[in-house]
Amino acid sequence: MFPAAFDYRAPGSLAEAVDILREKGDEAKVMAGGQSLIPLLKLRFAQPGLVVDIGRLPNLAGVRRQNGHLSIGALTRHVDIEYSRDLKGTVPILPEAAHWIADPLVRNRGTVGGSICHADPAGDWGSVMLALNADFVAHSSAGERVIHAADFFSGPFTTTLKPDEVLTEIRIPLGAGRSAGSYHKLERKIGDFATVGVAVQVELDGNKIARAGIGMTSVGDKNLKATEAERSLTGKEPTDQVIAEAARLAAAAAEPKSDIRGSAEYKKDVVRVFVQRGLRTAVARAKEGRS
Amino acid sequence: MKVTINVNGTERSDDVEPRVLLVDFLRTNLHLTGTHIGCDTSSCGACTVLVDGEPVKSCTQLAVQVNGRSISTVEGLAAGAAMTPIQAGFHEEHGLQCGFCTPGMMMVGTALLESNPNPTEEEIRWAISGNICRCTGYMNIVKAIQHAAAAKQAAAQAPKPEPVTAGGGQ
Repeated sequence: MFPAAFDYRAPGSLAEAVDILREKGDEAKVMAGGQSLIPLLKLRFAQPGLVVDIGRLPNLAGVRRQNGHLSIGALTRHVDIEYSRDLKGTVPILPEAAHWIADPLVRNRGTVGGSICHADPAGDWGSVMLALNADFVAHSSAGERVIHAADFFSGPFTTTLKPDEVLTEIRIPLGAGRSAGSYHKLERKIGDFATVGVAVQVELDGNKIARAGIGMTSVGDKNLKATEAERSLTGKEPTDQVIAEAARLAAAAAEPKSDIRGSAEYKKDVVRVFVQRGLRTAVARAKEGRS
Repeated sequence: MKVTINVNGTERSDDVEPRVLLVDFLRTNLHLTGTHIGCDTSSCGACTVLVDGEPVKSCTQLAVQVNGRSISTVEGLAAGAAMTPIQAGFHEEHGLQCGFCTPGMMMVGTALLESNPNPTEEEIRWAISGNICRCTGYMNIVKAIQHAAAAKQAAAQAPKPEPVTAGGGQ
């Protein structure tokens, strides 16, 4: 299989990339690692006139702390998150989720930013970023725009990113209190899309949950944020009863479809179980002092 | 578009359309058919090659994406008649039956032992988790990589031969 013919540009700078997109954004697709786009091109689900390969733009890969948040360059590869010792201690949900994305070969090429912009409802990063209340930084020739994760995903494979914009950075707020998260994923085999995935992040204030974030994978037409479940946890001690109620609310907010991976009813119940497991793991990690 | 790629230590250039996949560039343009096309949908790993030492699926890379980079394929493993430890491991442990997945498995194994010379069984299984084998049930592939790891370590620990002193041939 090979893709339909396209023009190819590999700009040497972000300025050049956004200039190309200003002129040709409507007919262009931006490519980072290509691990989602190339299969789409080969299957001819996507037939852009132009592919803008930003894979080698400088300064867009890597993770650093900055002004109270964690900054992840859009071109940071899954493998670099997976094996980051620093992140394992500070934001454990990130390496944990990275570990379950696709397979090791794909993780060597696929990028966090590329995966987020691909906006597959079965994608793992979207749920993680919803749980972490991340902000996405987009660049265009007009400048910089910050989009909340909750405002970014608009439907299957569609986002609120404009055709002339490039996602350059993901900003994750680092809370003041002790915080931690976890990612649970059910898949039939390595490399399969998630049957269900659940991302949970909590910030503790003493014994109480100051803030909670819950993102859900493969149970809707986009990655879903379980807002009501999150709210039910705020200010509460994470007792069995509180956790069970949050899990019930998250399962109620899930909108899975029955398919070869399981019935809708089954998937909702997996959400319920994963929210419970995720909250218990996240709270335990936060108490261990993984801040 | 002209691309120049270092393949197994040799610079190779050709003019390709941007849509040409790396695996097709290797097989069709360079006649290096040791890299296999299996599923062609990024699922099976038969097309695995090393890009700058890291295993990737060459059916899910454009040749233009790796312009200027270094690629290692299965053809680059053996030097003449001498097999690398990975190849010897697959030979000794019967790490293949039909052989279709073998080039990909060996490239993953090669990269694994470069970064982790003494992997656990779990680490080996994790490393090959993107590569599908329909014959062996993976048991002998794991053993083959373990065999290679042991052979490499034994070679590294073996006493070096005495250097030949000047004048020995007079």
